[in-house]
Amino acid sequence: MMFTSSLGRKYVMALTGLFLISFLVVHLSGNLLSLIPDGGLTFNAFTHFMETNLVIKVMEYVLFAGFIIHILQSVVVTLINQRARPSKYAVNAGSASSTWASRNMGILGTIIFIFLVIHLRDFFFELKFGDDELGLDASGNVNLYKEVVETFAMLPYTALYIVAMFGLGFHLWHGFASSFRSLGLMHSKYTPAIVFIGKLYTIIVTAGFIIIPLYWYLVQL
Amino acid sequence: MNLTLKVWRQKNSSAKGTFETYQLDNVDVHASFLEMFDVLNEKLINEGKEPVAFDHDCREGICGTCSMVINGRAHGPLQNTTTCQLHMRHFKDGDTIVVEPWRSKAFPVLKDLVVDRGAFDRIIAAGGFVSVNTGQAPDANTIPVKKEKAELAFDAAACIGCGACVAACKNSSAMLFVSAKVSHLALLPQGNAERYSRVLNMVAQMDKEGFGSCTNTNACEAECPKGISVTNIARLNREYLAASLAAQKK
Repeated sequence: MMFTSSLGRKYVMALTGLFLISFLVVHLSGNLLSLIPDGGLTFNAFTHFMETNLVIKVMEYVLFAGFIIHILQSVVVTLINQRARPSKYAVNAGSASSTWASRNMGILGTIIFIFLVIHLRDFFFELKFGDDELGLDASGNVNLYKEVVETFAMLPYTALYIVAMFGLGFHLWHGFASSFRSLGLMHSKYTPAIVFIGKLYTIIVTAGFIIIPLYWYLVQL
Repeated sequence: MNLTLKVWRQKNSSAKGTFETYQLDNVDVHASFLEMFDVLNEKLINEGKEPVAFDHDCREGICGTCSMVINGRAHGPLQNTTTCQLHMRHFKDGDTIVVEPWRSKAFPVLKDLVVDRGAFDRIIAAGGFVSVNTGQAPDANTIPVKKEKAELAFDAAACIGCGACVAACKNSSAMLFVSAKVSHLALLPQGNAERYSRVLNMVAQMDKEGFGSCTNTNACEAECPKGISVTNIARLNREYLAASLAAQKK
């Protein structure tokens, strides 16, 4: 009953959102290893660890569940919300009372979803089910680093990744602090800190994810 | 001042509405927005046309009856102001003003700018009260109430139930209204006994009425004529979570 109410659905959105926020930290940390100038040995060693560690393997399923629940729930919530206003206003002055990101979480989420499909095909499926084109590096680990470098030599991919990261950035800009409020966590003492950390997190994560494709594109020009 | 008004006209709840354009000249800058509509209606009546139906009662900014979305803003462009307290001096000569009704599935248009806000009454009837046996009025301060809590409860109680939060929300969510009513009673000892059943029943009724959910855009707070804070929405989320977790199996 609780999880099918309008508030309950938002608890689910908030909890899965915060979980995905924590995942992005791990993901970005790993990605930044590709910038270490050792021909990708550290990056590939990290990839190997992520591929073989039991805890990470289990978490991979939890992560997929987190994404799927977050996405499906957002579709349900959006449909209910759209049905709540069958006839639209002739004049819309939303910008006078709310931020652009807060009004466009669905569109931003869709951008992230489209990116996610392409991104998983590029790297995740390449690593898991791709043919052995990737080869091994000097340490004997699968050379995913090669895939990173080759992907970001291409302008369309680099541009797509950067645009998608802006979508992610705006989604997080609203989503971080919003998740806390959906769970009822709002306090005069702690909320300003949550909002500040949310914005700092968003800037660092967005910039971090943009720097990597941009760097690899620029050094290969 | 001379104005061009684009007003939503709709015969009844099943009719398809449309905008009608009216030219209104020599509008007094000191007239309230509703008085300006009175002048328009007088003109329409004199011309043998149907006057524009709109809701109003106290015209003192306290009853919550007047509505109108003015140029896309619930109750118009001013902060903490109802439509009846909005004056024409806040508009410019030659302005075109678009006036629409609250638009929400839960607030069906009855006629022109009049909507049925019965959904709010049904939410209140579902639990927005304190059940007490009638008797003598108790002495003040018989039950001690912390000053800070009394202030917060009073702030929430300032909600006049006008529905601007629903009108302003991109999801037609009634969260600000329901949260104000839940907060008002949950913060006071008198409301504490029915705290959990109240929030569960009111939220259930809110969902049944077809309001959307909260995206935390804060548009409701910005457009609320009584300045009801979104901290009440956070409290509603908290109350509902606690009530859901604590509820006994039926």
